[in-house]
Amino acid sequence: MLWQAFTALLSHWRRHRLQLAMLLLGLALATALWSAVQAINAQARLSYARAAAVIGQDRLSALVRVDGAPIAQDTYIRLRQAGWLVSPVIEGELRFGSGRLRLIGIEPLTLPPQAAQVDVSADDIGLAAFITPPGLLVVAPETAARLAGEATPPLRLSEALPPGVALSDIGIAQRLLAQPGRISRLILAPVQLSGLPPLATIAPELVMRAPATESDLSRLTDSFHLNLTAFGFLAFAVGLFIVHAAIGLAFEQRRPVLRTLRALGLPLRALVALSITELLVLSLLAGVLGVALGYGVAAVLLPDVAASLRGLYGAEVDGQLSLQPSVWALGLALAVAGTLASAASRLWRIATLPLLAPAQPRAWSRMSAQALVLQAAAGTGLLAISALAVIIGHGLVAGFVSLGAMLLGAALLLPLVLSLVLALAGRMGRGVVTQWFWADTRQQLPGLSLALMALLLALAANAGVGAMVGSFRLTFVGWLDQRLASELYVTARSDEESDLMRSWLAARSDAVLPIWSAEEKILGEPVQVYGLRDHVTYRENWPLLAAAPDVWDRLEAGTGILVNEQMARRKHLRLGDELTLSGGRSQTIVGIYSDYGNPKAQAMIGIDLLLALHPDVNRQRFAVRIAPDRAAGLAAQLRDAFALPADNVIDQASVKAFSLRIFERTFAVTAALNVLTLGVAALAIFASLLTLADMRLAQLAPVWAMGLTLRRLALLEVLRSMALASFTMLAAVPVGLALAWLLLAVVNVEAFGWQLPMHVFPLDWLRLGSLSLISAALAAALPALQLVRRQPSALVMVFANER
Amino acid sequence: MNVRWVLLFLLAIAAPALAQGFAGLGTSAEGFAMPQKAHPPVFPGDHGAHPDYRVEWWYLTANLTGEDGRDYGAQWTLFRFALAPGTGESWQTPQLWMGHAAVTTPDQHVSAERLARGGIGQAGVVLTPFSANIDSWRMDSRAGPDSDPMSALDVSAAGAGFAYRLGLTATGPLVLHGDRGYSVKSAQGQASYYYSQPFYAVKGTLTLDGRDIAVTGQAWFDHEWSSQPLGADQSGWDWFSFHFDTGEKLMGFRLRDEGAGFTSGTWIGADGQVEPLPPGALTAEPLEWAEVRGRTVPIRWKLSLPFRGLDITTRALNDAAWMDTQVSYWEGPVRIEGSHPGRGYVEMTGY
Repeated sequence: MLWQAFTALLSHWRRHRLQLAMLLLGLALATALWSAVQAINAQARLSYARAAAVIGQDRLSALVRVDGAPIAQDTYIRLRQAGWLVSPVIEGELRFGSGRLRLIGIEPLTLPPQAAQVDVSADDIGLAAFITPPGLLVVAPETAARLAGEATPPLRLSEALPPGVALSDIGIAQRLLAQPGRISRLILAPVQLSGLPPLATIAPELVMRAPATESDLSRLTDSFHLNLTAFGFLAFAVGLFIVHAAIGLAFEQRRPVLRTLRALGLPLRALVALSITELLVLSLLAGVLGVALGYGVAAVLLPDVAASLRGLYGAEVDGQLSLQPSVWALGLALAVAGTLASAASRLWRIATLPLLAPAQPRAWSRMSAQALVLQAAAGTGLLAISALAVIIGHGLVAGFVSLGAMLLGAALLLPLVLSLVLALAGRMGRGVVTQWFWADTRQQLPGLSLALMALLLALAANAGVGAMVGSFRLTFVGWLDQRLASELYVTARSDEESDLMRSWLAARSDAVLPIWSAEEKILGEPVQVYGLRDHVTYRENWPLLAAAPDVWDRLEAGTGILVNEQMARRKHLRLGDELTLSGGRSQTIVGIYSDYGNPKAQAMIGIDLLLALHPDVNRQRFAVRIAPDRAAGLAAQLRDAFALPADNVIDQASVKAFSLRIFERTFAVTAALNVLTLGVAALAIFASLLTLADMRLAQLAPVWAMGLTLRRLALLEVLRSMALASFTMLAAVPVGLALAWLLLAVVNVEAFGWQLPMHVFPLDWLRLGSLSLISAALAAALPALQLVRRQPSALVMVFANER
Repeated sequence: MNVRWVLLFLLAIAAPALAQGFAGLGTSAEGFAMPQKAHPPVFPGDHGAHPDYRVEWWYLTANLTGEDGRDYGAQWTLFRFALAPGTGESWQTPQLWMGHAAVTTPDQHVSAERLARGGIGQAGVVLTPFSANIDSWRMDSRAGPDSDPMSALDVSAAGAGFAYRLGLTATGPLVLHGDRGYSVKSAQGQASYYYSQPFYAVKGTLTLDGRDIAVTGQAWFDHEWSSQPLGADQSGWDWFSFHFDTGEKLMGFRLRDEGAGFTSGTWIGADGQVEPLPPGALTAEPLEWAEVRGRTVPIRWKLSLPFRGLDITTRALNDAAWMDTQVSYWEGPVRIEGSHPGRGYVEMTGY
């Protein structure tokens, strides 16, 4: 009996294949987007964790120089001979052809076991080969692939290392980095002897640095991943609308079957259990499909995400997607839970189904006016929460709470708003058909409201994110123009070569502007401090957000300092505040400049002051001002005169193009998710319309009987769908604007530390509007076509036979 | 780095003191210098390091008595291993250094280990004035310019929970083992250069858990270097250095193999007169075994040397004198009973 009942239930899907496809597709798509985002995030976190764990930086303290300069090897020996258990590490950037490598040199004999990621004694490495020339570079397999053919020491593979990192012996690393006798930091063994001579007497220039409990990378990139996660959830929520529609339809169509089964003696409990089993089977099927699809999407998106993270934060993310059980489990669980939640009301109806009650000719999901008002009240409440979160909350989480509450609140309000609009339109309508059109549209609203809410969310998200990306882009391009004012950007291979080049260029160019920087500790945080030479380039172009009147003179005089917006926001700095540099020098903040695309704190002082504080500053980089039409010629001469590789002289256009490319890739993922979300929303409308089409026969038949042709009715159906879509689009505009504002003024400030001016792009909305109209028309097309093809007998039956 | 690498690495090139298994040692020591019977050690030059030989150690063991009347033992060892013969510049030097230090009391045995690369000044041996060190552990000569550098030493080391500073003064001459310092280690003829200074009087301070204890006693210094010290089938060794109350000394070792093993040693008169023992003259048998750190090791020995009338047994000051180092072994002070009472040190590897 049970089995027969189950097959009877399932037979519905055999007869309604499109419905089944819609259900599975909706659920699979929703799960897919969510899993894709999860897989990407998990991959990125894995990479950060590996990067953070490199030689135990997340667990062990280290000794570093206060000023960030390298430590002399003699200091290491002195500490060891005093009994300090320290192990030297040198770290630096190595260029191979076009690629860069973070080279970490370790001393395997003294390295604490907690810091050991790679077993140097392993058969394929071996201590002797590791420490004696030419040495070995231990790298991740994908790094090895990138280095193939380059003139590196022999490579060995280790999965334990993050991409872009090479591990070698300290002696080998010192030679490769051309820094003999230099050490970047000294790792402290976790247990030290008691009674050691204090650091101040052996190496007063060193300070202890606590282990990084949370990697800088994961903190910096948190906002990025939160963004992705939010998108994933949005897509999932939209997908559930489809599921809800499909399950609702199936229930309505199966009412007679359910009643018959009950009448045949199937216990209620068994019927509910069978229904749940059916849902479980379907949701698991769709879940597996969805997670698999999600991995596909993630694999396609990951290179872009990796490029964004590298460009934005310098974070290396493994380009190879690894399958993680947690993502699978979560994806499946979400699919099942989502399905059961969407079906809860249907299951309840089954449980309370009156056994012998006559069939009722009613729309499957009619909402009472009271429910509409209640829902609207909940929506208004959510909007209030959203506003409150902006006003009194702070932090990224408050930003996202506000964002989520605003979107959900707007969605809940939509049915009431549409209902009022339709009522108004009906009153203004002239003629019987028009009035019927509006009244019937309004009558259909409850059945379509979920799909329309999904559309609203998708449209608002598109409009909002579009506005954010567009605003960002406009600002960024303008800022690039200001910031990259010089015609050529040069990197010498050594300080000496840089000196020679600059004197060579002095007579051949308008100006040579150093791009020299040193790390300073300001307010307890490392800050890259650049030295600025007073020049008209800066006076005219530098993008200052706030400045004292004599900003450039005070900078030149060595009494002022400029800080970037990020630093000013994070440390609550204002013009006139005092900052202390190394050596106890106090500087007044005379300006705050915008510094998009850089998550870190940065400051600028006069070049003379920088040289006074850091006489040994790296002088390799500088910019050249020259008439733009002579720039290419000068670059060629410079390359010839110093036999410079092409990459060492870059013109302004290339730098800009490069920066823009990073920018575009950063938002490529957002754009892709946007399009997918819109696709899911369109599918939701389609599913809902399909659902309604069957049931609308009872409402259409009388109109047909009164003389409206089926063709005309079908056209009206399409128009109705388009009217609802355009109303929803109109409603989405303010929601989108609010979303854009939240993203720009709240989320961005929290996530990146910069605020962007908001721009609106009406053309984008027009495009979005037409897109939604087209999708609404397409979604209505199939049901309309079915209507046209109906046999008059089917319509006549409506009067003869109560469903 | 994984701590195990050192173990693996040491096993690959092994030294007797670190014996765990000696596979591969029977092969020829290509590129490394080999001890030559015809060229005995010359001093003070040969107190220093011999980078062309594969392994080398400077080994000090001291039997001490505290002001509290209790027996103590102290060990200070510096090992050198060469990945390849010779020296190189800075980090490229193929020489590695390892230090072991320990203090033994009747109820406690604490040990520590240090590792260092050669060529950068972190560890090594300097000849004039003689000085050996790894990190803060030092062995410095304070002998006058006309006397042997090893005749007076200051030795110090510190580890978790312990430290010591010992002043050593020799009351007798250096002792060359085997044939003028050429010490045969197997029936197949493997050999090393090996000499000792067994006549130290010690005065110094032990620090245990923050408490200083003034100590006096005797110490024994060994310096040995080779490139292929053991036969291929030898699995470990037991080594004895005894100070008898008569002022006489005995160095003996037993190399264990699949057969009867190989024993040898040196009888040292109170005046420093040396009498090499022919292979097999000395017999050593375990009397009692104990489980230490999961290994079964002999903690009482019976030794006899019939032609000297020697018939003694040893008793460990602390059965658990296990060196908890990356390559671990038993090394501890013993009391000697029987025909020649006294004190000494026993080392047992490969258990």
